[in-house]
Amino acid sequence: MTALEELVKQAQAELVAAPALVPEAEDDIPLYAPRRKIYPQSVAGRFRRIKWIVLAVTLGIYYLLPFVRWDRGPNAPSQAVLIDFGNSRFYFFFIELWPQEVYYLTGLLILAAIGLFLMNAVAGRIWCGYLCPQTVWTDLFFAIERLFEGDRREHMRADSQAMTANRLLRKAGKHFTWLMVAWWTGGAWVLYFADAPTLVKDLATGNAPFTAYLWIGILTFTTYTLAGHMREQVCLYMCPWPRIQAALTDEYALNVTYRYDRGEPRCSAKKSEQLRAQGQPAGDCVDCLQCVHVCPTGVDIRGGANLGCIQCGLCIDACDNVMSKLGRATGLIAYDTDVNIKQRMDGKEPFYKLIRMRTLLYAGVIAIAGGIMIFNLATRDSEGISVIHDRNPMFVRLSDGALRNGYTIRIVNKRLKYRDFMVAVDGLPSTLIDFVGLPPRNDGRQLITVGPDQTREVRVVVTDYATTPPAPSTTILFSLIDADTGEVAEMRDHFFGP
Amino acid sequence: MADEHKDIDAVTGTATTGHDWDGIRELNTPLPRWWLWSFYACIIWAVGYWVVYPAWPLLTNSTQGITGWHARSAVVADLDALKAQRGPMVDKLNNASVAEIAKDPQLTDFARAVGRPAFADNCAPCHGAGGGGTKGYPNLNDDDWLWGGTLAAIEQTIRHGARSGDKDDHEGNMPAFGRDGILKAPQISAVADYVRSLSGLSTEPGIDLGIGKKVFADNCALCHGPDGKGNRELGAPNLTDKIWLYASDKETIMEGIRNGRGAVMPAWNGRLNESTIKALTVYVYSLGGGEK
Repeated sequence: MTALEELVKQAQAELVAAPALVPEAEDDIPLYAPRRKIYPQSVAGRFRRIKWIVLAVTLGIYYLLPFVRWDRGPNAPSQAVLIDFGNSRFYFFFIELWPQEVYYLTGLLILAAIGLFLMNAVAGRIWCGYLCPQTVWTDLFFAIERLFEGDRREHMRADSQAMTANRLLRKAGKHFTWLMVAWWTGGAWVLYFADAPTLVKDLATGNAPFTAYLWIGILTFTTYTLAGHMREQVCLYMCPWPRIQAALTDEYALNVTYRYDRGEPRCSAKKSEQLRAQGQPAGDCVDCLQCVHVCPTGVDIRGGANLGCIQCGLCIDACDNVMSKLGRATGLIAYDTDVNIKQRMDGKEPFYKLIRMRTLLYAGVIAIAGGIMIFNLATRDSEGISVIHDRNPMFVRLSDGALRNGYTIRIVNKRLKYRDFMVAVDGLPSTLIDFVGLPPRNDGRQLITVGPDQTREVRVVVTDYATTPPAPSTTILFSLIDADTGEVAEMRDHFFGP
Repeated sequence: MADEHKDIDAVTGTATTGHDWDGIRELNTPLPRWWLWSFYACIIWAVGYWVVYPAWPLLTNSTQGITGWHARSAVVADLDALKAQRGPMVDKLNNASVAEIAKDPQLTDFARAVGRPAFADNCAPCHGAGGGGTKGYPNLNDDDWLWGGTLAAIEQTIRHGARSGDKDDHEGNMPAFGRDGILKAPQISAVADYVRSLSGLSTEPGIDLGIGKKVFADNCALCHGPDGKGNRELGAPNLTDKIWLYASDKETIMEGIRNGRGAVMPAWNGRLNESTIKALTVYVYSLGGGEK
């Protein structure tokens, strides 16, 4: 118990020594605040374990995914996830997207946003605390820092003393390792944009394109700066999510919460025993500040939900450890709701209300947006036709009096093989369709061959031989027919006359 | 002013600006200092632009920047790169005849792509943006060709023009029958009616088409042919079809007979390079499919 008391005493002394945001002289408010350096203490526990697992899984996916292969046949790359800017294609396992299908990205963004809202309504800032790249990489960089410069107290003591050769070496080692991780992060990034094994070889032999090196450099710089140096400043000053999040949480949402109903009034373990013996109120919080010391953003959770809290749950682990040592019940800091704290204060049973208007609405939007996307993807056309009518002239009178309209059609073949297409026009009683510069095959058919995963532009003239003059505008239907499978794609356009 | 800063917000412990709007006060939260340093770094970075790129206007010129970068030379470099990229295909255009180009689908597509902007630059002022033509300037999308609509004929017309003065140009004028006193006004009226009748257009009621027919045979058949089907050697239009270069109304026809016609198509040989002329030929041919 004495060791714990000493810990508390020391922590309180540190708190007093910390520079206050508000200076003594009242008329001298600074415009710019100095950075308060945060030395988060390592902690063991349930949430720390979850965070390590999430870190390993997410970083593992990020670094290794480019090397996963996916066989698509001879006419397409065999990389499972590839953003192919050169050919304007995006590959994701069995999905291949063309630039005009970028609306899938819009759908994904909608799903991501509403998914974030739903997470928030259910259990607070899960994204911020566990999944956000800023959190994951910063966590990794903290681990490296502790490896070289020791845990909180050792590091703080060293920083307050004069520089020594040993410390310089440790610092150098830390920055070098940070830079290596950052460089590897940038290296993995560019692998998503080209064939990974080839690019790795090219990068190693110095044959990779300049942009690859440039982006590795940029990502190395941003990773090193954001995860190594900016850390909690990104969450506090740069990220819009904390501001939005405040408007999306409610009293039923699980948040990392200090149970002030149980913790207040704070007093030391010894004093609380005395007070309780006298029948006076005494809280469970011993004001050991362990929750503050482990916090990666330097927040005091006991002040209530606030902007700086990313809800990583490390304070829960820290507090549980202390409570266990004291022989008190854990969960003084826990995932809890505002409503339940009030319930307990009123002597009522806590309850959890997962199904609320808010969560139902979010889940509904996710289901609808996701359903539309899946439906679109499942019924995605393997072929397409777009038609552009000539702007000038709108129509042409031929020497025998017939009317002719010119069109430029573009045929899209989304299959990974050569395909022959026929084009037919419906809507006029007596038409002749002619493909300019396209000789008929031996069997007399005019087939248009389009290469694998390619488009082809063809000029088409449609002549109307009807004896009665056509209307100024007649709707006609272009049908694109796969000569082998009979699959049809259609596009409406118009036939103009005088 | 000092007392303005006395307010400290009780909840956050942060100073306020001292302003009060119906009880709402503004926290005077200071910006982080690294933000200030980032701001200074941006200013220094901006100064770098003055050094590297053209920046300050001087009396007659401007500071040039140490890299010598210039917007115009950058465009020239880009265009040169584009030219180099297209080089192999342009060489193919130069070395192939238009007939050979038309047989190669890839080369045809390239020729059409080159031909479209070349047409817009050089031909569209008279023939219209899509080659639709207008009064006196032929429509290039139809099936009626004054000087022939095969690839070879189109190339010949583009290269040497019509009535252009080029030694290989197309020659042949519609004489001014009225102005030069060859035909009298009633004869002109009669032959105009007869010409309209050739393509089934209405004529003035009760008129004797025989008079016009006689005038036509004596004066017009030499160029336009005894049946009015025209003669491409002389650029004499077919008068029996539904296409009228000027207009089909009697007054316009009489005006042509009175004052003659002789529209000029310039010769482009020498004005445009080989590959562009061939590309234009293929492009014009593709507008309406030309003639076989």
